[in-house]
Order: sequence, then structure tokens, then C-alpha cells
Amino acid sequence: MLANYGYTDGSGEYFITVDTDRCIECAERPCAPACPAGVLEVIEDDYGDEVCAVTEAHRKQIKYSCAPCKPADGWSTLPCLEACPNEGALSHSW
Amino acid sequence: MITAGIDVGAKTIKVVLLADGQPVVQKIASAGLDTRSALDRVVADAVAAADGLERDDIDFVVSTGAGRQDVPFADDQVTEVTAAARGARSLYPNARTVIDVGAEEGRAVRCNEAGGVEDFAVNEKCAAGAGTFTEAMARALEVDLEELGRMSLRSTQAVPMNAQCTVFAESEVVSLLHAKTPKEDISRAVHDAMASRVTSMVRKVGFQKDVVLVGGLAKNAGFVDSLQRGLETEILVPDTAEFVGALGAALIAAERAGEGR
Amino acid sequence: MAEEFWRWKEYNWHDPDMDPAAADVISAGVDVGSVSSQAVVMLDGKLFAFSNMRTGSDSPQSAHKAIDWALEDTGLGLDDLHFTVGTGYGRVNVPFAKKAITEIACHARGANFMYGPTVRTVLDMGGQDCKAIHCDEKGKVTAFLMNDKCAAGTGRGMEVMADLLSVPIEDVGAMSLDVEDEPEPVSSTCVVFAKSEASGLLRQGWPKNRVLAAYCAAMAHRVVSLLERIGVETEFAITGGIAKNPGVVTRLEQELEIEALKPETDTQIAGAVGAALFARALYAKQQKSA
Repeated sequence: MLANYGYTDGSGEYFITVDTDRCIECAERPCAPACPAGVLEVIEDDYGDEVCAVTEAHRKQIKYSCAPCKPADGWSTLPCLEACPNEGALSHSW
Repeated sequence: MITAGIDVGAKTIKVVLLADGQPVVQKIASAGLDTRSALDRVVADAVAAADGLERDDIDFVVSTGAGRQDVPFADDQVTEVTAAARGARSLYPNARTVIDVGAEEGRAVRCNEAGGVEDFAVNEKCAAGAGTFTEAMARALEVDLEELGRMSLRSTQAVPMNAQCTVFAESEVVSLLHAKTPKEDISRAVHDAMASRVTSMVRKVGFQKDVVLVGGLAKNAGFVDSLQRGLETEILVPDTAEFVGALGAALIAAERAGEGR
Repeated sequence: MAEEFWRWKEYNWHDPDMDPAAADVISAGVDVGSVSSQAVVMLDGKLFAFSNMRTGSDSPQSAHKAIDWALEDTGLGLDDLHFTVGTGYGRVNVPFAKKAITEIACHARGANFMYGPTVRTVLDMGGQDCKAIHCDEKGKVTAFLMNDKCAAGTGRGMEVMADLLSVPIEDVGAMSLDVEDEPEPVSSTCVVFAKSEASGLLRQGWPKNRVLAAYCAAMAHRVVSLLERIGVETEFAITGGIAKNPGVVTRLEQELEIEALKPETDTQIAGAVGAALFARALYAKQQKSA
């Protein structure tokens, strides 16, 4: 399943997407501790799978939560994306 | 040489007149429903306030702000980023980070040692990122803006604010009131929420001292306090915070007039 | 079936021809949203009773009120329910629920029940959020996107506009379609700025219908952008309060060039329906392992 966490508002579109089918394959989930802002956590979803998700607290302010890792002059890599071993399991829309 | 800087904001129009690079007049008026006539009136007021000045004495006009295209007599235009940086630097020569929060937009600007703009981040098109947010909360709490700011400083307890949208925050404030949360604590939550959004923008450009806050929201003591706590650094706030954009534009007007543009 | 379900009035309903005593499993789902709450009771997976009401300021109370109202005159009480699942914005506030399941999963399951196994894309526009969901033939979620940060594209956003124009919310849709030609959509996404923009249009002499048309068009367009982020696969169905607003539904169908499936049940109960179905399945699982 493709879980898109985030929102669109007047200022833009901000989504972190977890491809849970790929996320399930990962044993350690290093993405969650790699995030300096604590945006990610491991949860059991409605279908009983252990996957990564954006915490409830961060879903509504993801633009602000991720801002420190995304300087105004652009970013090429993020700690969460670097940590994730399965390419495509985690992605940012902005 | 007389130059004018006109900052046409979403809510107010600010005019600064300089005589040989020195501020002589600053005027502010509500942009209102008919911006064009409000503009003419505030410029006329500014001219009248300067002894012995006539409208035609103004050598060069630079406009800025969201409505900078709507100043038909402007000789030139600059972005709010440029104007804010220029104006802040003139007041604080060591300013490296300028935070400008107005009625509808908030921006963070980082300058190099020479005062040139290196990076900026803007919060726009979302009312929660600017002064409209605090105004709406003041209405929900039935106090005026100044009182809202002062109340925040009297808060004794931090209360979380979950809503990130002005519309939902209004409902949340009403719920908090129903739950008998003291207005001072709600006010602080409002300013902390606002400040945290602005702080994240500032972190996007990476801030360096001196940090200067300009724009309408700088007049809000509660917001300034929340911002200082959020950034954990000293924030310089000029008395003329609202006029800094217009001041910057007027200074640029003086430069450009001198260049014979 | 209650008539005129397209009017947003609070009401309850139960099927007088069904007999709870003959049922093996009585399951319930309670969906407590920030604006409205619904409770659904099912007998062996068949819709038996439901209620649809405005959520008060006290969520746990809303959950009780909703289920009590749904059970009214059915001869059943809370203790007769074998399993209850709570969902919605306040799903943690259904004190008598044995489990909480996300509104995403419940809406997908509910839409599958209400519209059939051909549904692949569900759009739910609730009081304070907007969701786009992909599901398979069993109603299991394969992709989702939810926006509950911003009032634009939510029932609340529509209420702000209805208040500005002093138009009852249930009349907004029809009024917005009563225009000679389609105006440009309102340009601001943000509800607060859109409200100023709408005030400006009124001052320019625009009639209310036209302003509503401009706003519904903007909302429909915004929703289409949300849907396009995960793609729209037919069949397409709409749940939630906004499904009852033809002003938004018609425009969004036009922009997508897809017709949404026509609802036969109150679209606002989809989440609670899904929850009740989950409840039935969880009860069976519980009995098996007992």
C-alpha cells in the first residue's frame, strides 16, 4: 500500500510516501531513529503489518517538521532517505 | 533629493519619505477596499506632513509589497525580500537574518556580510503563516491585537495547539475556552504556534546574528517573546518595524535616483 | 430507508423487517468525526440500523449518543452488541469499542459494501478532512492520501462560505448550479483568503449563486488535484458529507471526465459501515481462537 502522509495547503503540497509493501521487508527500520525531528515511527497498521509511518503529531505540520533538513537553496539528500535500505520505500514530494 | 518608498501590503500601505537619504516622514494607512484611493491619500498625507514639501518634489519612487504593481507613479519596484533586507541593514548594520511577518505573508532572509541577500524562504498563501492568524484568534478570544500580545506574556502554562489551520484553530480556541482554559494560556499557545511556523522558515535559511524582526507582527509582544524562545537567540526589533520595507524601498530609490536610472 | 438523506439533518433509521433475535453476530461501528458522528449496527453483516448526528463538544458522549440513537426502538441495548469498532477523528473516544481502526481502512471497507466490489477509488470529504483512497475488490486499502491540516476542500471550508453568504449548507450545491455560465473559480486555496475574495466579488455585485459557483469550482478543482496525486481508477465513489453537494460533485465529475457511482445509502455512514464490518470479522476471529 502507498501511504501518503502530509497535506496540501495554500502554500504547496507536502507529502511523505511510505510504500508499505517494501517497508515490510526491512528488519530494522533505521529511518525512524535517523530523523532528527522524530517524524517517523514504526506502527502496526490496520491489516496487522509492521510498517513505518509519519507520527500523528507531525502529519499536519510536515512542511515545518522537515524544514531543517531542507534548506532554502535546495537539498540533495535527507537522513531518512539515506538510512532506508529499500529504494522507493520512502519518498518526499517536495 | 527626495525619495519615497511605498510598501503596499495586504492590509496596510506604508510610505516613507527620505530627504537626502534621511527619513523625514513615515505614514501608514489601511489599504481598504479601494487600494488606489487609499494609496493617493496616504501619499498626500505623507507629503503634507513634511514641511514645505510638494508632491512634485519627490524625485524617485520605489514600490514594494504584494501590491507593488499597483503603484502607477512608481519609478521602480523591488521585492519585499530586497526591501526588508535593505531597510533592516540601515537600522542594524550587522543584521544577517531578517524576519518579516506581515498580514498575509511571512519571510526569512539571510544576508551576507555586505548586506546582499543570500537565501530566503517565504510562507505565503496560507493564513496560518502570517498576521491573519493572530487577528483571527484575537477575534475568537474577543480581545484586540495589542491585548492579545500582552496577555500572552502573562501566561502561566503552556497549552498545546494542535490545529495548523486558521479555520480549525478558531474552533480549537473556542473548545479551549469551553474547557475553561485561561485566555492568557490560550494566547500564548497561539503565539507559540505562530512562532514555530516562522521559526521553521528561519531554520530553512539558517540564521546568523544579528537577527532582526520587521513587519506588522513585530509590534506583537507575545509573538516576539514566542519567537525568541523558539529560536533561542536575541531578536532585535526596531520601533519602526512596520515601516522597514518602505524604508528599504526609499533607500533603494535614493541609490537608483543617484545612478540616473 | 430514510428518505431525503441528501439533506443534512440529524436522523436515525432501522429496518423494521429484520429480526435481531435471528442474527448470529450483532456488530457495530461508531465513527466520531470532528463535525458529525455516525453509528451503524449490522446483523450478520447486513445493515440493520444507523444514526447520523452532529458531534458535540464531548466526543465520548457523542459516541454514546450515536449508538443509543441507532439502537432506539430496536429492542437492543449496548450489551447486546457482540463487537464494536471505533473510528474517525475521535476514534479513541469511543469508550465502549473493543478496537480502534483508522478511518482510511473503514472508509475503504464501507465504500466496498455500499458501492460494491468494483469500487477502486474512494473520495471522502468530511467535516475537517479530505481523503483519497484506492482499494481492491475486498475493500482493502492499496493507497491513500489524507489531508486534515487545511480547511480548503473540507466541509468546514464549505460552512465558512455558507455562513458568509447566509445560505443553508444543504442549499449550496443547487444554488451554485443555478448560474448562466461558469465563473472563474475563486483563486485562493486558503479558506480565509477565499472568504475575502468572495466578499470582494459580492461587493462587485456578483449574485450569491455565482459566488457559490466560483467557490464550488475551486473546491472541485482542489479535490481533483488531491485525487490525481494517487490517480483515479474506476469505479469511482464519493463518501462523506460533500457527496450530498451536487455543486462540487458535478464539477468534479466534469473535470475528471468520470461519473461517480450513485449512492443508495447515506454517504456519511461509510466509515461506520466499514467499522461495523471490521467488528464482525474481528468477532469471528475472536471466537475462533477462544
